[in-house]
Amino acid sequence: MKRKVSHVTAADTQEAAGPPAPPVPRDPKGTDGRPGPEKETAGDLGKRRRKKGELLPFLLILPAILAIAAVYAFPLSKTVIMSFQDMGRRELWTGESPPWVGFEQFTNILGDSEFWYVTGRTVLFMAVCVVLTMAIGLLVAMMMTRLSTWVRLTLTAALIAAWSMPLMVAASIFRWLSDSDYGLLNTLIAKVVGDDFLGHNWFLDPWQGFAIITLLVVWGAIPFVVITLYAALTQVPRELEEAAALDGANVRGIFRFVTWPVIRPVFVMVTTLSVIWDFNVFGQIWLLRGNKPEPEYETLGLYSFSKAFESTSFSQGTAIALITVLLLSGVAVYYLRQLMKTGEVE
Amino acid sequence: MSTSTSTAPAPVPPPPPAVAGQKLRPDRKKSRGLYDVLGLLFAVVMAFPVYWLVISSLRPNHEIRSYDQTLWPSSLTFDNFARAVEQPNFGTAVQSSLIVSVTAVVGGMIIATLAALAIGRFRFFGRRALLMVLILVQMLPPTAMLIPIYAQLNAIGGLDEYWGLIIVYLVSTLPFAIIMIRGFVVNIPVELEESAMVDGCTRMGAFRRVIFPLLAPGLAAASIFALVNAWNEYLFAYILINDNSKYTLNVWLMTFTTERGTDYGALMASSTLIALPVVVFFMIIQKKMATGLTSGAVKG
Repeated sequence: MKRKVSHVTAADTQEAAGPPAPPVPRDPKGTDGRPGPEKETAGDLGKRRRKKGELLPFLLILPAILAIAAVYAFPLSKTVIMSFQDMGRRELWTGESPPWVGFEQFTNILGDSEFWYVTGRTVLFMAVCVVLTMAIGLLVAMMMTRLSTWVRLTLTAALIAAWSMPLMVAASIFRWLSDSDYGLLNTLIAKVVGDDFLGHNWFLDPWQGFAIITLLVVWGAIPFVVITLYAALTQVPRELEEAAALDGANVRGIFRFVTWPVIRPVFVMVTTLSVIWDFNVFGQIWLLRGNKPEPEYETLGLYSFSKAFESTSFSQGTAIALITVLLLSGVAVYYLRQLMKTGEVE
Repeated sequence: MSTSTSTAPAPVPPPPPAVAGQKLRPDRKKSRGLYDVLGLLFAVVMAFPVYWLVISSLRPNHEIRSYDQTLWPSSLTFDNFARAVEQPNFGTAVQSSLIVSVTAVVGGMIIATLAALAIGRFRFFGRRALLMVLILVQMLPPTAMLIPIYAQLNAIGGLDEYWGLIIVYLVSTLPFAIIMIRGFVVNIPVELEESAMVDGCTRMGAFRRVIFPLLAPGLAAASIFALVNAWNEYLFAYILINDNSKYTLNVWLMTFTTERGTDYGALMASSTLIALPVVVFFMIIQKKMATGLTSGAVKG
């Protein structure tokens, strides 16, 4: 996160200036009669750009728009449409258009107590993962600012190694570590509590199973969080911390009044992202349960998936997915507003 | 944040730090030692699963199937790798993974670069809305996309075909690739491009001779990141491809688990093989990726 010092371009300044103040060209050739000699440089560029490249930007984004429409917008609208129909196996294979059923899928789902269990489980699981990830991540990131260089580099290397593990591979490792017969976890615990523990199946009890899944999710998420928060922490001016210390602030005071205000936007952003990611956790559970998660292991994503592909009631699946999207949209909007506040969406 | 740049040159050099330094130094040294120990411990915890992956792949099978797992194997062997490579469909899985991810990334990068140039260099109607859409679509739960895409590909005969998967991967690389490349575009001074055009380059020429060379490292980082994502994807691959001979590596990995149990030695060996290119790529772009990700998600 290098601060853009030398890189500030004219376009940047103009963007930073915010809402499109009518650009005023400096050279008389382009003036359209409006006076106002301020902000010439930025305005100059903006004007020329708009004139010459009227069509060009749209041509440039056209392929991206088409592609995104095909793979995001179209399926999403289809998700909405299918949720109000009743599409099953027969309609899928014959290509017949499925009958419209109105809100029936939704009333069925919302009236099903299992849905509420699954939702509760998803929210609880997400909350535990996010709290653990952010707490450990923040502590480790703060610790990193106090490490000797070689320890910090070692830790960074370890984080990158963990980060680079493909999800599939990471899940295989954790499945192997928690294997009931030959897993290292059981071997180590048996050394402490006795050999009775060998052969312990972690996934018989969903609470224990989710403990392993949480470990995997948190382990996988920590590198990104630590590296991002550490980058934010390096932006905290050293002089300020030292000044606060000289003025008699204790460690907590320094954190609260000097460090926290600087890293807060980044922290909020990463937390929001974690909420969204952990709410959508799919692969970790799916893979640790060997592609067939038991009903006790279903979160909203898996619930929707199993309704669609195992019960082949595709419309139920899409209706659940749609409810998930609606639940998440609040978080997403909050995230977007944060981004706009920091000026990233300019 | 910009204020810190203006405070930096404020001349308050040696005297105060000397006073503070003398007071703080002994204290700091002691606590630094403690932090270093904690830091190393945490590094061990984070790296341990990776260590266990590599060491299990090199462990003789009789030690894998043992109730007494040791942290270090008695001997090292490549038997697991041999079994992994001999597993049916290994070759075709490598081929599928390469075909699908490379095609998707090349296509995705071309489209993303065009869009990133437009967003980074022009102000046009709908620019902010487009950026917001790009950020939002990345938050959609995969199942919301999976079911309709499956139904649609089924309707037009795209199941079990590489091109179906390629399109999905290509488009899913677009949002972050556009945002990431745009971050690099914005950092290239417009003046460079303009002076090239003043000197007689066309817009295209300016792009080819001036912008592209400067953008190349950023493009490389973005494409590696996209490649890694495509290489790691398994859910769509699992649902959209049913033909064994077209499985990608990640789906192929599941064939080590049968009703009779899991061949963990071979599973770890193949996992190592799959993770190896990713780790190498990660090491190459590590620095860039952190900045690219944060400049996409978080402003520095």
